[in-house]
Amino acid sequence: MEEISNLMQGFAVALTWQNLLFMLVGILLGVLIGVLPGLGGANGVAILLPLTFSIPPTSAIIMLSCIYWGALFGGAITSVLFNIPGEPWSVATTFDGFPMSQKGRAGEALTAAFTSSFVGALFAVLLITFLAPLVARFALKFGPPEYFAIQLLTFCSFVGMGREPAAKTIASMMLGFALAAVGLDTVTGTLRMTFGQTHMLQGFDFLVAVIGLFGLGEIFLTMEEGLSFKGTRAKIDFNIVWRTWKTLPRYWITSLRSCVIGCWMGITPGGATPASFMSYGMARRFSKTGNKFGEGEIEGVIAPETAAHAAGTSALLPMLTLGIPGSPTAAVLLGGLLIWGLQPGPLLFVEKKEFVWGLIASMYLGNIVGLLIVLTTVPWWAAILRIPFAIIAPVIVVICAIGAYTVHNNMFDVVMMLVFGVVGYAFKKLKYPLAPLVLALVLGDMAETSFRQSMLLSAGSMTIFYSNGLVGSIVTLALFLLSWPLISRGLAFVRKRPVAPKEA
Amino acid sequence: MATNNKAPAGPVTTRWMELVVALALVIIGAIVIVDSHRVGIGWSEDGPRSGYFPNIIGWILTAAAFWIAGETLFKWKALAGKVFVTRDEMKPVLSMFVPTVVYVALVALIGIYVASAVYIATFMMWQGKYKWPPTLGVSIGVPVAVFLLFEVWFLIPLPKGPLEHLLGY
Repeated sequence: MEEISNLMQGFAVALTWQNLLFMLVGILLGVLIGVLPGLGGANGVAILLPLTFSIPPTSAIIMLSCIYWGALFGGAITSVLFNIPGEPWSVATTFDGFPMSQKGRAGEALTAAFTSSFVGALFAVLLITFLAPLVARFALKFGPPEYFAIQLLTFCSFVGMGREPAAKTIASMMLGFALAAVGLDTVTGTLRMTFGQTHMLQGFDFLVAVIGLFGLGEIFLTMEEGLSFKGTRAKIDFNIVWRTWKTLPRYWITSLRSCVIGCWMGITPGGATPASFMSYGMARRFSKTGNKFGEGEIEGVIAPETAAHAAGTSALLPMLTLGIPGSPTAAVLLGGLLIWGLQPGPLLFVEKKEFVWGLIASMYLGNIVGLLIVLTTVPWWAAILRIPFAIIAPVIVVICAIGAYTVHNNMFDVVMMLVFGVVGYAFKKLKYPLAPLVLALVLGDMAETSFRQSMLLSAGSMTIFYSNGLVGSIVTLALFLLSWPLISRGLAFVRKRPVAPKEA
Repeated sequence: MATNNKAPAGPVTTRWMELVVALALVIIGAIVIVDSHRVGIGWSEDGPRSGYFPNIIGWILTAAAFWIAGETLFKWKALAGKVFVTRDEMKPVLSMFVPTVVYVALVALIGIYVASAVYIATFMMWQGKYKWPPTLGVSIGVPVAVFLLFEVWFLIPLPKGPLEHLLGY
C-alpha cells in the first residue's frame, strides 16, 4: 500500500506546531464565516486568500482548507439554532434541526449534525486517499480532447443534475465563459472585449466575482427578508454528546447512503447543496419514521449534514487530480494553488508529492480538530449571531470590499464586486444558479485552450471527440447529462405523470 | 444594472424581471458575437483565431436567453401573480444598496479606512438607531483592526487617503 506510506509522510508534513496553529486559526475563521450571513466558504476563502501569500504554500493551503471545513461545520449551527441556513447546503438541515431545537433538543441536533459532518468528511477523505492517486495516474495519459471532454462533463452535469431550469443553468454558465474570455487571449495575444479600457486588460477575476455574487448578493437578500435573529439557546455538555453518540450507530444505513450520495455529487460537480437535499429526500423515503420528518427527527439532521460534508470534501478530488474543481470553494482553492505556482492536475502528484500528501493528511487532522472545536465552542458562535444585523451588515460589506481590493490591489475590482453583487441578487431571485457561472469563469481559459488544441489536432473536425473509446464515452456521458432535463420530461410525458417536483 | 435603479413605484413582477434579465443576456451575447467576429472566428495559419471559441459561447448564451424569454412569455398569464420585489422589500434593499454605492465611491476618493468608518457609522445610526458611543466604538474599531491586520502584520497595502498621509502612511 503505497498510499499508506505516502499518507504517513503527509502526516509528518502536516503535524508541525506551526501547521497545527494554522489549522486551528483556519477552523475558527471558517466557523465564523459559516455562521455570518453573506460570508460563506467560497467568498470567505477568497477574501482570506491574500493573507496567506506570506506563509509557505503547504501551511497556506492547510489553513485555507481548514477555513472550508470550518464553514461547513458552521453552517449547521445557524440552521439548528436560528432556522437560518448560514450556507446553502445547510438549508435541508433546518427542516429537522430547528424543530429539534424548539423541542429543547438543540444539543442533540448539533451533536448529530457535527458528528455526521465529520463522518461524511472522513468517508470522502478516505476516498480521496485511495482514489486520487489512481485518477491522477490515469489522467497522466490525457491529451487535450480528453481534458475538454472532462470539462464538458463538468458543465453538462450542472445542467443534468441541477435543480434550476436548464436554460438558466446554461445561460449562467455561458455568461461565465464570456466573462472569462475578456482580456488578453493567452494563445494569440489578441485583446478581446476590452473596448479600449485598460482596466479590462486583466479580464474579470473570479475571486472578485465570487465575493460579489455570494457576499454582497447574499447581504442584499438578507436585507430584503428584514431578518431578525430569533434563536433558541443551545447547551452542549459531555453528557448530551455521549448520549447522542450512543444513538447514532443505529442510523448507519442512512449515514452510508448519504456518504455515497455526497461523494458522487461532490466529484461530479453537483455540489454540496443538491447532495444535501437529495440525501434528505432519500432518507425520508427509506426511513421507518419517514412520515415524522420535519417534526424533529434526528435522522433528518444526519442525512443532509453527512452528504453536504462528503460532497464538500470530495469536491477536492477532481480539483487536485484533474485541475477541475467540483464546487465554487474548490475553485477558489484552485485559484490559490495557481497563485502559489502549483499547477493542480495529475503532475502535481508526481512533482509535489509532499505538498499533496500534506494536504490530504491535513484533511484528516482538520476535521478532527474541527469536530472538537465546534463541539466545545457552540455557545460563543450563537452569541455572535445575536449581534444585530445593523452592525454585522456594514462590517461584512467592508470585509468584502477589502477582499475584492486585495485580489489585485485594484480599485476597479471593488466596483466590479458591487456590480456582481447586484447580479447575484437578481440571479438568486430568478433562480439562476451561481455555481456554473463561477466555475465557467475559472475554467474558461482552460476549457478554451483544450478545445482549441483539440481542434488543432483534428484540423477543425469535431470527430476528434469520438476518436477513441475513452474520450468518446466521456463525451457521450456528458451529452446524456446535458439532455437529461429533456429525457426526464419525455419520460414523465410517456408515463403521464410528473416525475420530479418541478419548480418552474 | 437595471435591478435596483428602478423607481420604487410599485411591486416589480417576476415576469418583467425575467424579460429584463433575458434581454440583458441577449445583449451580452450579441456583444460577444460581434467582438468575436472583429477578432476573427475562423482559422489562420497557426490555428483557430481568437474569436473561434467565444463566438460559440456567444451564440449559446443568446439562444439560452431567448429560450428563457420565450418560456416567460409562454407562461405569461400563469406568472401574473408572482412578485419579484414588493415596495416594502425594496426599501431595505435600497437602504443597503445606495450607501454601498456611495461607500465604493468614497473608498476611491479618501481611502478605505475613513470610508469604512463613515459607512459603518452611517448604517448603524440610520438603520440600527444606535447612539454615538457604540457607533463610534464599532466604526473606528473595525478600521483600526483592519489596519493592524493588513498593513502592519501581513504588509498588504490598502487604499489610503489624506488622513492616512497626514499620519505618515
